[in-house]
Amino acid sequence: MAALGPWLLVLPATMLLFLLLVLPVAGTLKESFDGASGGLLDNYQAFFADEFNRVVLIRSFKIAFMSTFVSLVAGFLGAYMIANASPNLKRVLLILSVFPLLTSVVVRSFSFMAILGRNGVVNTLFLKIGLIDQPLELLFTQGAVVAGLAYLFTPLMILSLVGVLENIDDDLYAAAGSLGASPVGVFFQVTLPLAVPGMIVGSILVFTGSLATFVTPVLLGGEQQMTLSTLLYRKAMISFDWAAANTIAAIMMAITITCVIAMGALANRIAAGRKMR
Amino acid sequence: MSARKINPLSKIAGWLVVFYLAGPIIIVIGTSVSDTPFLAFPPQGFTLKWYHKVFELNNFVESFITSMEVAFGGTMIALIAGLAAAYALSRYKVRLPAWYGSIFFLPFFIPEIVFGFSMLKTLIVQFDLPILPSLMLGHAILCLPYIVRVIGASLAGFDFSIQEAAVSLGMHPVKAFWSIVLPNIRSGVIAGAVLAFITSLNDMAVALFLTGPGVSTLPIEVFTYVQQFFDPTVSAVSVLLMAVTIGVMALIERSLGLSKTIK
Repeated sequence: MAALGPWLLVLPATMLLFLLLVLPVAGTLKESFDGASGGLLDNYQAFFADEFNRVVLIRSFKIAFMSTFVSLVAGFLGAYMIANASPNLKRVLLILSVFPLLTSVVVRSFSFMAILGRNGVVNTLFLKIGLIDQPLELLFTQGAVVAGLAYLFTPLMILSLVGVLENIDDDLYAAAGSLGASPVGVFFQVTLPLAVPGMIVGSILVFTGSLATFVTPVLLGGEQQMTLSTLLYRKAMISFDWAAANTIAAIMMAITITCVIAMGALANRIAAGRKMR
Repeated sequence: MSARKINPLSKIAGWLVVFYLAGPIIIVIGTSVSDTPFLAFPPQGFTLKWYHKVFELNNFVESFITSMEVAFGGTMIALIAGLAAAYALSRYKVRLPAWYGSIFFLPFFIPEIVFGFSMLKTLIVQFDLPILPSLMLGHAILCLPYIVRVIGASLAGFDFSIQEAAVSLGMHPVKAFWSIVLPNIRSGVIAGAVLAFITSLNDMAVALFLTGPGVSTLPIEVFTYVQQFFDPTVSAVSVLLMAVTIGVMALIERSLGLSKTIK
């Protein structure tokens, strides 16, 4: 009986996960192979045969890549400054940049509507200083979706990087400097390589997150910028085409898992390569 | 660690990033008090009428109550299951396989929208559950990783020999857990529960599929509203939502310090 103790304690949480996560998602994956005419890949053939779907798939990739890139650059710059600030300032800056993470995605996407809209902050400012004479159409563009997604996920990138950048030993900088490295050289030969693991973790989070976000593409991209997640919602809840919805869900799962495995392998290779040297 | 000197250019770039992150929130707060029927920043005039309007809209008030009920229920389910699991994982490290702890992070690896759609098919269609318990169960899954991780982290620093001593002196193991282990990991339990609560309160992906006629959560209502009307009411309700978050954060900051929670 005592030997069962630990298992009894983990049982409720395990059952919750198994019954409410593993089984339902496995069901979705399985159903994606139940073709109308009995073929295993019928649904996939139907999905890829439609040019609209292919455009959506490629667009989703493009948007996720771009928002990962923007978050990576912005997150690195932010984390680099925060990691090197004085302890008190660091605390304030961390709270400032992490706070958005704790607010609703709807609120954060809405804030970009207020910024990029026809009467939004950017247009008002540009009109006032005479940069343009007519409001620009910034909303419902791919750029708006990318900016909104990068805004959602840059805090995650900062969290992944601040710890890594903080822990770089001061002696390493001193050594590099005394051996004649220029500040730029120190950055590219010491700081950047040591930050790579954090950059990889952050990129996984941003890429998979961007792919799965529903609200931002709807509010900032509209009909023209449909992505896999908005297409999944539309198929499931508006046209009730569950075969298509299952297939899109399976494709999204495949992309997410591939991304996690590929980036994990990359991180391992870099770690192994470093040991060899 | 003290401050390090960095290139002034990268310092400016870093500040711009912080501005990119904090700016939109300041803009939302500004537009919520603007005395204009459209969103204006910097605000023109000052009014609190948009806040009044939030409380006059039945959809917002009712869905806020639903959101609180769901967040409370979901957090409780996740807390009970997650606390037991986190305790077993660190107390019986040798008897449970090493990989066991990582299965509780599965929800992080499944796109939320895929999870939401699968929940709809299982809970609503297959088991015909009402909306409210479905939402609680769905949110409990989203919250579980936070609970297991944060409570697990605070259990890692706990010396189980204290509990063993009490048990060997004749205390009932369950009582030993309540009166010795739990008080020692109190801050971790609170932090985990708060993170879970905020996660549930902000959830969109699961609620999108599970809410239906009559029962809706606040984020869903705001999302629906903003697609029809683009006025400062949304800013006001956003500020109120943020205020709830800040209130909850202030609570943990006071009891254990935020920096510990983030890491």
